[in-house]
Order: sequence, then C-alpha cells, then structure tokens
Amino acid sequence: METSAKNSDRLTPLLRLNSIAKAFGAVNALKGVSFDLQPGEVHALLGENGAGKSTLIKIITGAHQPDSGAIEIAGESVSRLTPAMARKLGIACIYQQPALFLDLTVAENIALRLGAKNALHRVQWKENRENAEKFLRRVGASVAPDAEVRRLSMPEQQLVEIACAIGAGARIVIMDEPTASLTQKEQLLLYKVVRDLRGHGVGVIYISHRLEEIFALADRVTVLRDGESVATNNVDDIDETALIRMMVGREISQVYPLSQGAPGKTVLTLRGINCEAGGIRDISLEVCAGEILGLAGLVGAGRTELARVIFGVTPADAGEILLNGTTIFIDTPADAVAHGIAYLPEDRRRHGVILEMPIAANMTMAVHQKIFPQSWLRFAAERELADDYIRDLGIKAPGHDATASSLSGGNQQKVALARWLVAKPKVLILDEPTQGVDVGAKVEIHKLIRSLAAKGLAVIMISSDLPEIIGMSDRIAVMRGGTIVAQLPGGSDAHSVMAAALGQREAEGTHS
Amino acid sequence: MKGHLRELSPAFALAALLLLLAAFAPGFYQLHPLLSLFTREAPTLVMVCGMSLIIICRQIDISVGSQFAICSVCAGLLAAMHWPLALVLVASVVLGAVMGSINGLLVAVLQLPCIVVTLATMVTWRQGLNWLRQGEFVNLPDNAQWFGLGQVAGQCALISAALILLALMAFAARHLAAGRYIYAVGSDAEAARLAGIRPKRVTFATFALMGALTGLAAMMNLVQSPQVDPKSGTGLELKVIAAVVVGGVAISGGRGTLWGPFLGLLLLVAIGPALTQLHVEAYWEKALQGAIILLAVVAEGLRNRKEKVY
Repeated sequence: METSAKNSDRLTPLLRLNSIAKAFGAVNALKGVSFDLQPGEVHALLGENGAGKSTLIKIITGAHQPDSGAIEIAGESVSRLTPAMARKLGIACIYQQPALFLDLTVAENIALRLGAKNALHRVQWKENRENAEKFLRRVGASVAPDAEVRRLSMPEQQLVEIACAIGAGARIVIMDEPTASLTQKEQLLLYKVVRDLRGHGVGVIYISHRLEEIFALADRVTVLRDGESVATNNVDDIDETALIRMMVGREISQVYPLSQGAPGKTVLTLRGINCEAGGIRDISLEVCAGEILGLAGLVGAGRTELARVIFGVTPADAGEILLNGTTIFIDTPADAVAHGIAYLPEDRRRHGVILEMPIAANMTMAVHQKIFPQSWLRFAAERELADDYIRDLGIKAPGHDATASSLSGGNQQKVALARWLVAKPKVLILDEPTQGVDVGAKVEIHKLIRSLAAKGLAVIMISSDLPEIIGMSDRIAVMRGGTIVAQLPGGSDAHSVMAAALGQREAEGTHS
Repeated sequence: MKGHLRELSPAFALAALLLLLAAFAPGFYQLHPLLSLFTREAPTLVMVCGMSLIIICRQIDISVGSQFAICSVCAGLLAAMHWPLALVLVASVVLGAVMGSINGLLVAVLQLPCIVVTLATMVTWRQGLNWLRQGEFVNLPDNAQWFGLGQVAGQCALISAALILLALMAFAARHLAAGRYIYAVGSDAEAARLAGIRPKRVTFATFALMGALTGLAAMMNLVQSPQVDPKSGTGLELKVIAAVVVGGVAISGGRGTLWGPFLGLLLLVAIGPALTQLHVEAYWEKALQGAIILLAVVAEGLRNRKEKVY
C-alpha cells in the first residue's frame, strides 16, 4: 500500500480542489479548501464538527455549488457540478446511514443505481441479478441479490452501497464515517474492501474520527479546521499528537477525568428486567449516585434497547425498577422524565432535538412544569437560561432563537444534553454521547459527564469506544445477547471487556 | 414560530384588496353589510382556530362540517324543547367535544391515519343525520334569536366572542406549555416523546378541542336564523382548512400561528362582497379563492426550499 501512493504522485489527480469557498448566509462554511486525490490512494479527511467536512463532501458530490474556487476532475476543469454530473464522472458517496430503498431487493437497488437506459426500457431481471451477484462478490458481501434491503443489517447495507458504487464504475468513492456503527469484525471486512478498491486504482476519501483507523488505512491525511485546509501529510510522516494538535489548534490531553470519592447510595435498581420487544432478558443492575456505569458490548448486544426500556420507550414486560429504593412504574418516556430519569438518544440527528424549534424551546422542552410553575411560559427567563447553557457548553449558535436545524451535529448534541441538564435528573442515560463528535468536544463532554456525576447524578453511559468506556466508567457492565454477562471495575483492561462482550467464558467476572 | 414572515403574505394580500376597494369601490365600507358578513363568519373563525392547532399538530380533520351539522340539529332540538340557551350551548360544546374525542381516540390511540378516520366520521355523522332527520328542518323558538339580545347587539356579541376566543387561543398557543407541545408534536412526534411529552395525549386533546370549538361554532350559527338546516356545514371543512393554509400554517405541521389563519379567513370571505362591489360577476369568487389557496401552497413550497440548511 505504501508504494501505490508514492508512485501515483506523477499521475493526473482524480480530483483537485483549489481554494474552495462556500458561505451560507453569514456563516462561512468553507473559507479556502485545497485538496487533491490521486488514483489508488486512501485520503483521510479529518476535522472537528463544523470544520466543513460535510459541506466539502456536498460540493464534491455536486449537491452544493462553491462560491469561489476551482474543481478539476481527472485533469478537466468542471465549472458547474451537479449531482447527476458527479455521478457520471464516477463520484460516489457512501453515507453513515445507507441511502437505499428499503422495500426493494438488493439487485433492484443496484440496478437502479446503475441507471436504466430509459424509463420505458424493459427491466432485465436476469441481467440485474447477475450484475448484483458480481458486484456483491467484489465487496465480499454474503448477501442474496433477492433479499429485501429492509431485512439486511447495517453493515450489510453498507456493503450493498459500496457494491452500487463499484457497479456504477465509481473512480472517486467518499466514505463518511463508515465504521461508526460496525463491530470490529465488520470493520476489518470493510478495511479489506477499501484496500481492494485502492488496488483497483480507485481514489477513496475517507472520513473518520477514529485516529487509529486513519493510521491503519489511509495513505495521506488532510486536516480541516474552521473551513480551511490546515495541512496534508503522508500518514507515515505524522503521529496522533500532531494530528490532534492540527485539528484543534492546541494540545489536548487524552487523559480521562478521574472519579472523585466513593459513589453514594444506590439510586437506580433493576431487578429481573425482561422486554421481549427489545430482546432484553433477565437484567439486574444497580447504579449509585455519583457513579458512571459504562455499558459495554458489541452493536446489537442490547445496550440501547436496555436504555429504551429504562426510559419507557419500549416498557419492560417483567421485572422491577426501583428509584431510591421505591418501586416505580415506567410505561412512557413522560413517566421516566417525571421520575427524574433522562435519556440522550443515540440518533440525536433525528430525535434528540426538535429541529424546527428554537434552541431555547428545545432546552426547556422537558421541564415546563418545573421551571414555569405558573404554567405560562416566561420568555425572558427561558432566553436567559438558554444563553447560560449556550455559553457554558460552548454551543456554536447564532443565538437562542436559531432553530436547532441550523446547528451542526455536535452542537445539536450539546443542545440535547442541555435539555436534560436543565431538567436536573437523578439518573442520566447517555447513548454514545461522543459518537461523531470531534476530539476537542469529546474531552469537554467527558469532563462535563464527570462533573455531573460528581454532583451526585447516577450516570449510565453507553459507548462503543472501548478506551472511552474504560477511561470514563467507575464500573463496567458488559452486555451480550440482551443480557449482562459481566460486571467489571473501571480501568479494567480492554482485553477482558472485549472478551466478555465476545462471550469468552474465562472473562466472566474473573477480574477484580 | 420565528418572526412573522408566514403572516405577511395573507396580510399583504388583504391590505391590497382593501386598498383596491377603497379606491374603486368605497361602497364596500358600509357598516351594516360588513357587520352581517363578520357575524356570518364568526362561527367559521372559531373553527379556524381549532383547525390551525390540528394542522400545526400535523393532523387534519375533515369531519368538522358534519360535526357542525350534528351539533346544530341537536342544539336546535334542545332549544325547541325550551331548554335554557346557556344549557343548550353547553350541550352543543360537549357533544362536539365527544365527536372530536372519537376522532382523537382513533387517531392518537389506535394510531390510524387522520385523513381516513375523519373521512369515515364525516360520512358517518352526515349520513346518520340524514337517516334520522330525513332532511327535516328544526324550527327554533323566538327567544333563541340573537340570544334574545336584538340583532345589532347580538351581532356585536358574536363577533367579539369570536375575536376574544381567537386572542385567548393565540396567547395560549404561544405562551402555554400545552401550546408548545402541539408545535413539538407536529414537528417531530418521536423527538417530542423522547423529551417526555405525551404525543398521544396532545393529539387527542387537540382533536377534542376541535370538536368542542365546532360545537360552539354551531351554537353561534344557530342563533342567527329562525331554522336549522340539517344540511348546514356542508363543505365547511374545506373553507376552514383553506383559511388555515392561506394563513401560512405549514401543512407538514409544527409551523404557523393563529393570526395568519385569521387573516386568511378575512381574505377568503372578503372576496365575494368585494367582487360584487367591483361589479365582477359572482362566479369568479370560487375561482379566485382557489387561486389564493394555490398561491399559498406554492409559497409554502418555495419557503421550504429556501429554508433548507446545510
């Protein structure tokens, strides 16, 4: 892989961007980004949330037109790139959430992406099937062409997306955090596919927040900061610390904030919780005040499902939930909120905040009765509160009146978190709180979580980031197959957590 | 919720129409015809308030015309039995609320699509009424007219009642938590649920309120004539929905106010008399109303395109 990147220096780049700038209203999303992609290279794109990565992708795929700057594709200058043109020029983008037609089969999806000759052309079922099989084989997917996409798992859908891109003859493939929801084994399979693409002369733009992934996979890395390209380096010439420094413009310690003092008394107790709809069986668990309980496990182990049971999204069929020693009944999220349980969902871009509503309204949404006891809303008080949290959490927003939809993903996450901080809950459940969040904000969020625990909150934190779980948690509960298979102390080594999550017997409860 | 952009277009259109009339047909501005126009439309305004909330909640209720007929006939029968008018009013509101609750139960609890549910109740109520009454008019006792207030006082009472209700509901929509819940549920019901709001309750309550307001509107209509036509309220749902859409409430829910639909209603009902005053043939009225609704929908579409963020 080392040679392919270096030899290609003399070739015409597949893609060259020169001082691209793009503004949305008063916001300069991109101020001058230069970037090039060689054939047969994996070029990682790295940057904080709001650094301009998504805008850049949208410009490359033709969804947005740049205000200034030049785009060259395979040596040819392109003046006005449209999505259709981008596709014709061999640009494909694989998003975190695969954009497939769920009700159609795999073969139909692939055929649609290849494009029919014309709308009245007869569908070549046999040919479509054979094509699909060929492309799926190339990406190493063991997926039947006739399978309905709805029934595929997330990684399988991702592979189908890549198969579509290959089928369409893509020369430039953009991958936006493709491993965010994959298990380790699935990640390795994806790496193999990416290397195979590179071997065939495809240029891959790879976006990821996982530094180790960039070092394992990429040939070069470009760092974006505040809408500008800071630097492009060969991966071999740079180390993690330097990368992080470029991203945030300052040193950041990777040290996790330490727990202060022993945990208090038990706040939340689960006894024999079962929930058929969520695949949760026989869960007993305790969380204490001032404690961060990490919920570890592979994707699909039932961690989010357990959180949803506790929060009443899919209520338990059997078992008992106790809060401060008293049995409580939670049938809806409203019940959970009334009892002082808060849940920050994983897919915040969809349901963590109400996109059309202003930031201030989003923050007070869960606590109207509490902060407005006289039952009508006092806008002055609400604005003041919102401004406090915008300042305290460092939310980048034009103001408290801006709708949540105008914020970047990381800032929406902070608004969602602020909502629960306003509610002053007893139990806070965080589902992947730093997923898709840049390194700088990650450290801030870690500090914030720790300080909340220090104030006596019982925190349950779900995370797929193993170092995060180990570094942050006072105690780690490992889930597998819808139940808890091991409870380990904080700071346990990664191996024992992983072993429990994978179901190796010797790991269960042996560490202390 | 932000700014008043959504209300601007109906406001401008209305202002343009009024200026046009002032310049070319000042005969439009006569107290008595205007008073009767507003009185006639006061019940519609009450229903527009309810429908605005329904549509902000991302629902629709096309059964309100039939509910209106049922409430009118029942209230008429009670009045004919010489119940005190205040009691008749309460009965009409309660009956409307019950019918609204039935819609609410089916939509919120059974999670059925509102268009199908209210289509079913629309037909059911209307045909049930036809079958029971065989198209028979209800004759009202004399004391029911204008609540016994006399015509001008009664007209003023009805108009101010509708305006006060509008003001109260507009205030509630913006300043009460309950109002904000409707916006939240209309924007994203799942996100609202995860914020601890009970979307089913909110949806149910909105439908029940719509029904209650329809009952009130039926009563406000009843006192204006000596008879109750069992066919009253036919097509009323379309007029009400049209006013809401023209008033800038997003049909996709979550956005809009009550003031916009108020202006939308004024615009739609002023057209008829305006055309007469301008000596344009009356059959242009429906065509113009249709064009206004179409414009409102197109404007909404353009607005959505512009509001797209990166």
